Amino acid sequence: MFDASTFAHTLPLILQASRMTIFVSVIGLLLGFAVAVLVVTACLSPSAWLRRCGNLYTFLFRGVPLLVQLMLAYYFLPTLGINVSPLVAAIAAISLCEGAYLGEILRGGFLGIPRGQIEAAQMVGLSPAHTLIRIEIPQALKLTTPSLINEMILLIKASALISVVGVAEITRTAQNVAASTFRPLEAYLIAGLAYMLINGVLSVLGHYAEQRFGRA
Amino acid sequence: MALDFSVVSQYGGQILDGFGITIISWVGAVALGMVVGFAIAVLQLFTGRWIRAVLRVYIEILRTTPFLVQLFVLYYGGPNFGVSLSALDAGVVSLALYGSAYFAEIFRSGFLSVPHGQIEAADCLGLSRISTIWRVQLPQMLVIITPALINMIIILSKETSVLSIITVPELTAVLTQIGSEQFIYVETTLVLCVCYLMLVAVTQKLGGWAELKASRYLQR
Repeated sequence: MFDASTFAHTLPLILQASRMTIFVSVIGLLLGFAVAVLVVTACLSPSAWLRRCGNLYTFLFRGVPLLVQLMLAYYFLPTLGINVSPLVAAIAAISLCEGAYLGEILRGGFLGIPRGQIEAAQMVGLSPAHTLIRIEIPQALKLTTPSLINEMILLIKASALISVVGVAEITRTAQNVAASTFRPLEAYLIAGLAYMLINGVLSVLGHYAEQRFGRA
Repeated sequence: MALDFSVVSQYGGQILDGFGITIISWVGAVALGMVVGFAIAVLQLFTGRWIRAVLRVYIEILRTTPFLVQLFVLYYGGPNFGVSLSALDAGVVSLALYGSAYFAEIFRSGFLSVPHGQIEAADCLGLSRISTIWRVQLPQMLVIITPALINMIIILSKETSVLSIITVPELTAVLTQIGSEQFIYVETTLVLCVCYLMLVAVTQKLGGWAELKASRYLQR
């Protein structure tokens, strides 16, 4: 049933491809975080109009499957005259989608910060932007560490979908191997193992981070 | 750039069929996934260390690998271990298995959330273990886990779009095909977005109602 030589042949290819998976996930996470901060600021702002915009953003990007957003980025941007490579379209879609999910997580964190902290920051004369960067974001990060790690694991898994637009990450490479060797089972099992490995490492690091920074 | 939505009326029948398949695979996966997940959670309560370890591995494998890869293993790799399923069957089964791992964790957290004294009290009253679960633990934990269950159900509704990759003729597959036949990708993808948003919005509304239903016994 299993073919050991396929394993040996596929493993290096998948390991190489996992760099792309990690690259896209990390970039997606960082850009997504920037989007999320904007979304949260809008959602928690005093202006009702901004709040509505933030909530609408969250609803739209959480309500549509990532696969569909990916296709939209891939097909929609060129019609606007922006020609992008599949990789850029994939990163754009992942970041925008991740912005909505991270935004919901951060919202909880921001609401968990005692009101007095922000008042104190105002008293010592910090500007609103400074308060956000120095006081609110670090504490929100601490409060939401477990959910953020969970979201990172979900993001690694979600990045499998970008194989659809042809980015050569783990899943795409496994598809290519399956097509050229006619051994789909081995190829996809190795791909699964690679994801388990990455997520296993992430979750161990996450536990460490929780213990290290988790106490707010 | 002008958008032309006449496709919707032109291909209305096909789009509705696709929507039907999406709903069927979603409902099938949720039902099957919940049953399997509940069974796993209950088994974790009753069985010894070894079976619990096996169940733990099952849950972790399904939770740490992408659904797309699981789908490929079952659909393309399945014939290697003697499981040949149609695209729709493979889709529903793998979506159900994927969901079952998450449902199992939700139910397990629910079981843990019911205070131990309740179970002891039920024991003292002479309730059997099964009816303790059914009559005492389940109603109390449902209040706590309903939001998580609804959340998972919504996630699965969006995950059905992935089935289009193994050629299940559901909503995403139908609309992308129309798009590539007519060269109108943007309109079809926007229609697709609206369909999923409607699905999610309706599920959210129903979920709110279910939450009220589950917590009804708490209100006097």
